[in-house]
Amino acid sequence: MYKPTIGLEIHVQLMTKTKIFCSCSTEFASEPNTHVCPVCIGLPGALPVLNEKAVEYGVKLGIALNAYINKFSSFYRKNYFYPDLPKGYQITQYVIPIAKGGYLEVGGSGAQKKKIRIERAHIEEDSGKSIHAGNITESEFSFIDFNRSGIPLIEIVTLPDIETPDEAYDFLILLRSIVRYIGVSSGDMEKGAMRCDVNISVSKDETMGTKVEIKNLNSFRSVKRALEYEIERQIGALKKGKRIVQETRHFDEKEDTTKSMRTKEESNDYRYFPEPDLPPLVLSDEFIENIKNTIPELPNKKEERFIKEFGISNDYARTIAYHPKLVEYFESIVNFTGRAKAVANFIMVDISAYLNETKKEIDEIDFTKEKFKELLDLIDNKTISRNTAKEVINESLRTGKTPSEIVSKKGRTQIADETSIKEFVIDVLKENDAQVNQYLSGKTKVMAYLTGQVMKKSKGKANPEIINKVLYNELENLKK
Amino acid sequence: MEITELTVKEIVEKIKKKEIGVKETVLAYLKNIEDKDNNIKAFLSINNEEALIKAEELDKENEKNGQIFGIPVAIKDNINVYGMETTAGSKILRGYISPYDATVVKKIKEQNGIVIGKTNCDEFAMGSSTENSAFFNTKNPINTDYVPGGSSGGSAASVAANEAAAAFGSDTGGSIREPAGFCGIVGLKPTYGRVSRYGLIAFGSSLDVIGPLAKNVEDAAILTNVIAGFDRKDETTANLPVENYTDFLKRGVKGKKLGVIKEINDFKIQDEVSITLKEAINKLEVQGCEIEEVSIPHLKYALPTYYLIAPSEASSNLSRFDGVRYGLQGCGDNLRDFYEETRTKGFGREVKRRILIGTFALSEGYFDEYYLKASKVRRLIAMDFEKVFEKVDALILPTTATTAFKFNEKKNPLEMYMSDIFTIPMNLAGIPAISIPFGKDNKGLPIGIQIAGKWFEEGEIFQISYALEQLKES
Repeated sequence: MYKPTIGLEIHVQLMTKTKIFCSCSTEFASEPNTHVCPVCIGLPGALPVLNEKAVEYGVKLGIALNAYINKFSSFYRKNYFYPDLPKGYQITQYVIPIAKGGYLEVGGSGAQKKKIRIERAHIEEDSGKSIHAGNITESEFSFIDFNRSGIPLIEIVTLPDIETPDEAYDFLILLRSIVRYIGVSSGDMEKGAMRCDVNISVSKDETMGTKVEIKNLNSFRSVKRALEYEIERQIGALKKGKRIVQETRHFDEKEDTTKSMRTKEESNDYRYFPEPDLPPLVLSDEFIENIKNTIPELPNKKEERFIKEFGISNDYARTIAYHPKLVEYFESIVNFTGRAKAVANFIMVDISAYLNETKKEIDEIDFTKEKFKELLDLIDNKTISRNTAKEVINESLRTGKTPSEIVSKKGRTQIADETSIKEFVIDVLKENDAQVNQYLSGKTKVMAYLTGQVMKKSKGKANPEIINKVLYNELENLKK
Repeated sequence: MEITELTVKEIVEKIKKKEIGVKETVLAYLKNIEDKDNNIKAFLSINNEEALIKAEELDKENEKNGQIFGIPVAIKDNINVYGMETTAGSKILRGYISPYDATVVKKIKEQNGIVIGKTNCDEFAMGSSTENSAFFNTKNPINTDYVPGGSSGGSAASVAANEAAAAFGSDTGGSIREPAGFCGIVGLKPTYGRVSRYGLIAFGSSLDVIGPLAKNVEDAAILTNVIAGFDRKDETTANLPVENYTDFLKRGVKGKKLGVIKEINDFKIQDEVSITLKEAINKLEVQGCEIEEVSIPHLKYALPTYYLIAPSEASSNLSRFDGVRYGLQGCGDNLRDFYEETRTKGFGREVKRRILIGTFALSEGYFDEYYLKASKVRRLIAMDFEKVFEKVDALILPTTATTAFKFNEKKNPLEMYMSDIFTIPMNLAGIPAISIPFGKDNKGLPIGIQIAGKWFEEGEIFQISYALEQLKES
């Protein structure tokens, strides 16, 4: 049996208002090179000034990853030439990162969870973006947009604890959820706010196989597909007695395959040395403690609690817990109504369907906690059935009307009042002597027919459960 | 007396008393530049139009505010001035117009100083004679057969030739003090972190400091007042209060303890320089200075240490000159060729040499042996100074072992590097040091005496050097 060994290197763009070393905006701009200044395009004489917010976010993420925060860390220069790297070096943490150690638990709930250890997380700056005319190897010219240059990044490096593509996927969606929860990043892989490179090797025994790096993974799906393909490719090659070449491969999204990048693989010497323009980064206990206090209950903890405390299904619990806006909505409704399971069901089935259809976000809808409570109350006091409730919630989402408005306008209010139902029942019993006698002689199956007659009389509005109860009582009374 | 022969202090006073106008002052300097600079070649670019417009504006002002109101100053070409060509003496930046003012320039303008031009320098401040400028040599105004020193040779020459009332330069290993010494003027290298480096084209980031070059100590103190202080744009500036340096000048030297470094005798010093130093020491002693011999045991390692640290940082600092965004642009079929052609054409020999040294010192496998070791030795040198300053207030030593040399005299780079043996240790330690002219050799070339002080105690060295200046035989 071949066993894959997988490690991830993830870059997370931090959502600071300004760049890491200058005061340029980090906002997305459609016009290239509009959020630039002498610092972030590397003009002669410009100097970096560290953005404290980036440090705060770095610490926050480190704590959320259960890592140790280094009170003393420093910046280095990583030297290499590339057109979108304006200074010819990237300012990054190297020997001492801001966060060290740490882990995330992924996979099933409780005991089935698996710990993926994190080696380190460090702060660095993003480069500009090269835009090639056509294919990179054949293009006649390239453009560079420096709007991205100097956006703060956290690079997270895992230990090779991941053994399956699913674990990698689970790790990434949990990480995305965490960065969103603590508000340090949008976590959007499609928009490049989270970028992932993977290292993968396969081996039959305890020795490590040859490591292959895969780049150009622009979605969670791509990570999973690339790993699936690569595992198959490597195992296939080894089975045929071939050797795996240590290389960087490129994921081809269209073909779902990985391809050798055929670069002149000169071993890069980045000539790291301490950044003389920035003094060491020294954090006080108070600074770290203050940040610690701002970290909310994180998605994996919430997920577990929802399952244990509320009895919500694993799937629903994860989907709600991992989505910061959804969970906020869910918890506010649960706090107000005191009902969790029913609320989870409505959110996951009816509201989700509406959101998917309209491409809306949960915080864009107007189904307030008051409306939710009304709906649940209408079901509880048997004014409406669960089926009707689905229609009501749907209409309320579309029109903004309250559930009771909808129910009364449609004349859908159920007759749940026993006295009024009793009147229908007595009428029906009088009109159906034959069936009553059948019942009294022991053929209780006619109950169904009689119920139907009562329903007919109430024009379908009587609550069936109450009909049953009243009808049964009346029939039993006749026995006496 | 001609306006251009006056000191900064005198000109400001005359302008404020309305004895002379700003335009008149600027015109006088422009005239001097026109008359002399064809020969001296201190300037790479002259800001005549802008300077005159600014002068007219200032003449209209009723309130003549600013410590250097109306003073035409020259700026070394590795310091960014908005709207002016800023080349750092390199072909790779020829035609590059800076879109921003260095913090120092901003401060000069805030005090109503006028940038009259940009001065020649060794390419990227790498050199000790200004012969490494990609454009031309600058001559020493004292004797045009001789180099003005470097790398701030243009700045020093402009002041010595009365082409500017004062100038600013940068000092990474002696680049203000050595040319000041060679040209017979005053030059201060402030404490590292005292003056903002924002806008100074980096050479050795942990060593570079901007400082003034002036006719006398008082002017240097005024100019330091203008540029010193914390800058939010430079994280290596110290957030410490800045004293008014002119307050220190006339306090005398009675009771001051002055250290003479024993180890300087391990180096070959020109006789006249040694004699002049002794003379200076004797005169100070007469004034009540206490002289003590002190030891900087690691002094002999300063040069090799410097020639690892500075080129290492430079190799990285100069990476941005890749032809992609500005400056000289090569061609080539691929990226590598493009870089190669840009940098081969753009950089001169000395710059390439230092990039190579630095790249090597930082390479995998050599980093510990060279860069890291040099960093440790650097710390030891700084500790030597710390120890010495427990005993003495300041140190006195020659600025250079010899007076100015002739063009093409130092063909071997190592010989050239030796010009900075007495100035480099201060950059490694980060301490302030001033060079003041004190006497001449038998060829009439000026001799520079250096006073080095404690971190952030520029006031102290102004005090001592001012006293020494008064003892000069005119």
